[in-house]
Amino acid sequence: MACIEARGLRKTFGTTVALDGVNLRVEEGRILGIVGPNGAGKSTALNAILGLTPYHGELKVLGRDPWTERDSLVSEVSWIADVAVLPRWIRVSQVLDYVAGVHPRFDRPKAERFLAKTDIKRASKVRELSKGMVTQLHLALVMAIDAKLMVLDEPTLGLDILVRKQFYDSLLNDYFDRSRTIVVTTHQIDEIQDVLTDFVFVNRGRIVLESSMEQFESRYLEAMVLPERVAAARALRPIRERQVFGRSILLFDGADRQQLAALGDVRSPSIAELFVAVMGQESGEAKGAPA
Amino acid sequence: MIPPTIVPPDSSLDSQPQAPASLTASRPFYWSVRRELWENRSLYIAPLIVTALVLFATSLGMLTLLGRAGKLPEDSVVKLVLERLIFVPAPIMLATLLVGLFYSLDALYGERRDRSLLFWKSMPVSDRTTVLSKASIPIVVLPLIAFVLSLATFVILMFLGIPLLLILGVSPATVWAKVRFFEEPSLMLYGLTVHALWFAPIYAWLLLVSAWARRTPVLWAALPFVAVSVVERTAFHTSYFGALLKYRVTGAMTEAFGGMPKRGDPGALGLLTPVRFLCAPGLWVGLALAAAFLAIAVRLRRNREPI
Repeated sequence: MACIEARGLRKTFGTTVALDGVNLRVEEGRILGIVGPNGAGKSTALNAILGLTPYHGELKVLGRDPWTERDSLVSEVSWIADVAVLPRWIRVSQVLDYVAGVHPRFDRPKAERFLAKTDIKRASKVRELSKGMVTQLHLALVMAIDAKLMVLDEPTLGLDILVRKQFYDSLLNDYFDRSRTIVVTTHQIDEIQDVLTDFVFVNRGRIVLESSMEQFESRYLEAMVLPERVAAARALRPIRERQVFGRSILLFDGADRQQLAALGDVRSPSIAELFVAVMGQESGEAKGAPA
Repeated sequence: MIPPTIVPPDSSLDSQPQAPASLTASRPFYWSVRRELWENRSLYIAPLIVTALVLFATSLGMLTLLGRAGKLPEDSVVKLVLERLIFVPAPIMLATLLVGLFYSLDALYGERRDRSLLFWKSMPVSDRTTVLSKASIPIVVLPLIAFVLSLATFVILMFLGIPLLLILGVSPATVWAKVRFFEEPSLMLYGLTVHALWFAPIYAWLLLVSAWARRTPVLWAALPFVAVSVVERTAFHTSYFGALLKYRVTGAMTEAFGGMPKRGDPGALGLLTPVRFLCAPGLWVGLALAAAFLAIAVRLRRNREPI
């Protein structure tokens, strides 16, 4: 069964189109990254999935309509909206009591074990914790919830690299198993490239690229080419070209690896590079299109 | 379609006990009320402070009787002491009333302003449970707090009064015999209940505004009433709307006590008019309005985003 299935998902705010007919299918056990510029519709899409906002079109999450069946869905979905949503007045011990009180799928000893690895004191209030600690606390709560779907919307925004790394490490090692599904949006794509199994690029409310990591690795190649071979490389129609230390790095979509190897060093690109290339084409099309 | 509820064997959590279904219905409500008390400590601290002041002031008032020791007949000492005891509950009730108004105005606004709304919504607590738990604070919890505090103050004053009465040459038993141990608390409970029911639409209105307003909920809460009053006054030179508002504020007294209790004998249960109160259309119109306001507040909370 697909964990998330969207067909023709639309959402408008006044005259602004936030989601413009999104089709998406996320199978159980995948880790999907949603990548897009600010205002692309990522958060709107997540809000629709979480039943926080009404929408047009068809959307099923764990087989249910998230807007009309939100109350039954919410205990099977855990989510971190952003780093700053834990109430600042609450004590660590209180938030543990509360979640244990209301959430039938919360495993308190598990949350306590996560917290034991941190410096977070039970008597502290959230407002007394550092930003990194608040994230650790939120993650400890969310990871101790036996949810089928976890949604992370910019979970590491504003955190330093050490905390970010720790965050994804514990997510993968302590939480993820093949029966769960994780959907994550972030601007730090490079950091989660190794974590993801799938990704989509969104722009202006549409999905512009959808790929699994296997497809991505076999389809896209990057060649580092010396100046004298650039012309030959360009003939193979790269989708992006950039200069680093006098050498050209060209990104190819579906090019032949052997052919490229003859021109220079070949490697797999980063998702970020592909993102820049795809967004470049997008804006080019937008400008070129007749008004 | 119902997704399979069987946890896959490779899940590390498959041993987790599931709460029985009967528990899950009331537990979110219980914990929602508890969390309100955690967040809004003023709910009990403000009435506690007022209680302390009342205790202090009443004790002081009793001490001033000492100056007249030996000059007063027993009857008037008893009367003076009882009179002071009578005024104990009023300021405490007034404090909880005020706290309730401020609480209601912020309850669904504060969580949007500090974005914690997103955390609360990630928990399996429905919007209806949340709004009802917040409504129960001014309508149920605060009156109970007022009742317990008033009763405790009463009891404390009774005991503090013993040495005083002995000095004044009056047997405490004479005073205690005159205190209606059943009537006084019953009266208090009655007064608190009728006011909670009578004011329910006010609290519900404030909750609605706090769920709706993007800023300054206090202004939006008051504005429609001021506007309607002013329009009515200028256009028709009447003030029916103003009278209606006044009735909402003072009506509980009129309907439930047959007017203000007489100072001489405020303890008499015979003065109460519960049937008249229950038959007052104002009560039922008010409760219907309260239900409607709360239903709208539930819908608003569902749709609103952090601000």
